[in-house]
Amino acid sequence: MTDVPVRRAGTRASWIFRPRVRSAIIQILLVALVALIGWYIFRTTRQNIAAQRLVTGFDFFWVESGFSISQTLIPFNENNTYARAFLVGLLNTLFVSALGVILATGIGFLVGIGRLSQNWIISRLCGAYVEVIRNLPLLFQILFWYLAVLTALPVPRQSISIFNEIFVNNRGITVPKFVFGEGGGLVFGAAAVGVLLALIVSWLARSRTIATGKLVQVWPINLALVLGLPLVCFFYFGVSISIDQPVLKGFNFVGGLRIIPEFLALLIALATYTAAFIAEIVRAGILAVPRGQTEAASALGLRRSKVLRLVVVPQALRVIVPPLTSQYLNLIKNSSLAVSIGYPDLVSVFAGTTLNNTGQAIEILGITMLVYLCISLVISLAMNIYNRRIALKER
Amino acid sequence: MKRLSFVFSLVVSVAFIGAAHAGTLDDVKARGSVLCGVSGGLAGFSQPDDKGNWTGIDVDFCRALAAAIFDDPTKVKFLPLTAKDRFTALQSREIDVLSRNTTWTSSRDTSLGLNFVGVVYYDAQGFMVRKAAKVSSALELSNTTVCVQSGTTTQLNLGDYFRSNNMKYEAVVFNTADEVIKAYESGRCDVFTTDVSQIYAERLKLSKPDDHMILPELISKEPLGPVVRHGDDQWFDIVKWVLFAMINAEEYDISQKTIEQRLKSDRPDVKRLLGIEGNYGEQLGLTNDWVVRIIRRVGNYGEIFDRNVGADSRLKIERGLNKLWSKGGIQYAPPVR
Repeated sequence: MTDVPVRRAGTRASWIFRPRVRSAIIQILLVALVALIGWYIFRTTRQNIAAQRLVTGFDFFWVESGFSISQTLIPFNENNTYARAFLVGLLNTLFVSALGVILATGIGFLVGIGRLSQNWIISRLCGAYVEVIRNLPLLFQILFWYLAVLTALPVPRQSISIFNEIFVNNRGITVPKFVFGEGGGLVFGAAAVGVLLALIVSWLARSRTIATGKLVQVWPINLALVLGLPLVCFFYFGVSISIDQPVLKGFNFVGGLRIIPEFLALLIALATYTAAFIAEIVRAGILAVPRGQTEAASALGLRRSKVLRLVVVPQALRVIVPPLTSQYLNLIKNSSLAVSIGYPDLVSVFAGTTLNNTGQAIEILGITMLVYLCISLVISLAMNIYNRRIALKER
Repeated sequence: MKRLSFVFSLVVSVAFIGAAHAGTLDDVKARGSVLCGVSGGLAGFSQPDDKGNWTGIDVDFCRALAAAIFDDPTKVKFLPLTAKDRFTALQSREIDVLSRNTTWTSSRDTSLGLNFVGVVYYDAQGFMVRKAAKVSSALELSNTTVCVQSGTTTQLNLGDYFRSNNMKYEAVVFNTADEVIKAYESGRCDVFTTDVSQIYAERLKLSKPDDHMILPELISKEPLGPVVRHGDDQWFDIVKWVLFAMINAEEYDISQKTIEQRLKSDRPDVKRLLGIEGNYGEQLGLTNDWVVRIIRRVGNYGEIFDRNVGADSRLKIERGLNKLWSKGGIQYAPPVR
């Protein structure tokens, strides 16, 4: 007992043994070490690049690319710069990822719920789907869809035609394209306003249901808003609409809108593969809701579909959303396997062709990593916000 | 994944290995072998045969290099590379020399930090189509789908040619030559394009090679040659002069068959080349009998050409531009003296 005050009065040597001081020193040293290594890497990199006389910097972005890309969401040709090629690649990655996420979520929820179905055939079919798809390598599945299914389709001259409007061949699927004349933008604007108004109406109706307990039928109003508004606009302004029909001319179809097989193969493989994992997550989420909840809801006289929609799914979502985020991130990163089948995604166009033509590996890979990191962080942020909204609120 | 490892090693080597790092020859001698980057499977240029031995003109060039250094053509390790990986592999010191049907261009020679030593094969880009398509000229290829390999001059020439002739096309870009020819065979593309020598080689892989034809138009200059890194002049000189020695040897009629007899020649230029007079080999950092080693072990330029891509090979490509300057071609090497 007498020792303690003596130590506290302490000599100068004793401060170093204090836990807080010690941990501060260790942390400062660690940060210094990391900074030192970082500085060393930066310095030697610069020296070596100078010694090999490699070109560095980001000027290459403004150089004419000289190559073409098979699928572009914005116009692109050989005269455009590498910067635009980067944008085209990025948009292609985002496009296939966004559609993949939506499809995978849809299929995943259906299969996950189906696996819990009391119908023996449905539950076994869903089980088989999960076990087969989940256990085959993704690259193999992409190659399967590409080589065994899509490029095995007939050549353009012998296309499979559906009502003579849609043509399916080994160059993809060609569909007629609607071309809006003057005022087309107004119609799309009206549609956007319609969707916005419909959302507001739904929200108002919901608040009213919560306040009064009365159910309000909103779907007729919403339908009128979403479809009616653009239609009224269309007829009022007399917008012309023409159809760009695909026509077989020489080697390929000209006109129309074509979906390339590389895109389809990648989308199908990514969506079905990720859906198998999502199905398991959904199943786990539903099973995590105590049986008593379902029984209580049934006892109240709710139909099975309502039990699922109003009682089970909202509670299951709390379990589902965090692992679902990881699956979305996986899907986006897996989309870079596009490189194996020639889909022009960011890795193929930018970290592939552009890297090779400019030789600036360090800059290009740095940017590519940064882009994937940013996409992933944005998704995670959005999912975390959503998760916070649906999470159990303890009051 | 392999690609990532190259890029990673590039970053690591650029980041961690100290700057003053020359002396590739010393490294090669210490290691006991030359590390040579080649194509993964291109008949006539570099391809493993059914016994797993590498064959081809690019492969034989590396063997000649090993023969000049070690007097042993087997002291080479071959590393198969895709078109996309090849420069990164060289920059990151994964290989000592890149001998992989690579086109010499100004940007590769400068901003990529590389040096081309010379031209092993003068090539040009062409197009292959199905005979059933009934096309006789590349100018009829408007609105076609073209399969092409990523990160090649081919991809850029293709853009130039179609653009300057106002023709529309769709390029489907793959990583490896194998993927490109497979996509063409599956019917994904109407046109297959690359250097003509390579078209000859790839056509052999098709199930019915005779159903396909090469169009007469040649749309580019493709001088293919070995490449080394910037920053080691001695190694650059050695690789360059191994090539020149093989061309000079053909010119002076020094071949595997005639070498023993030519060693007795009293022509001064032959004596200089074979190291009987002067110390030109030592000036390079090799031994004076360096050319004798190359010829005995591998052969002269004409021999490796005929054996791999020319008359004695499956490809049977005409020598054309690759004839010696004295025989109507443009293969020409500076003198050893």
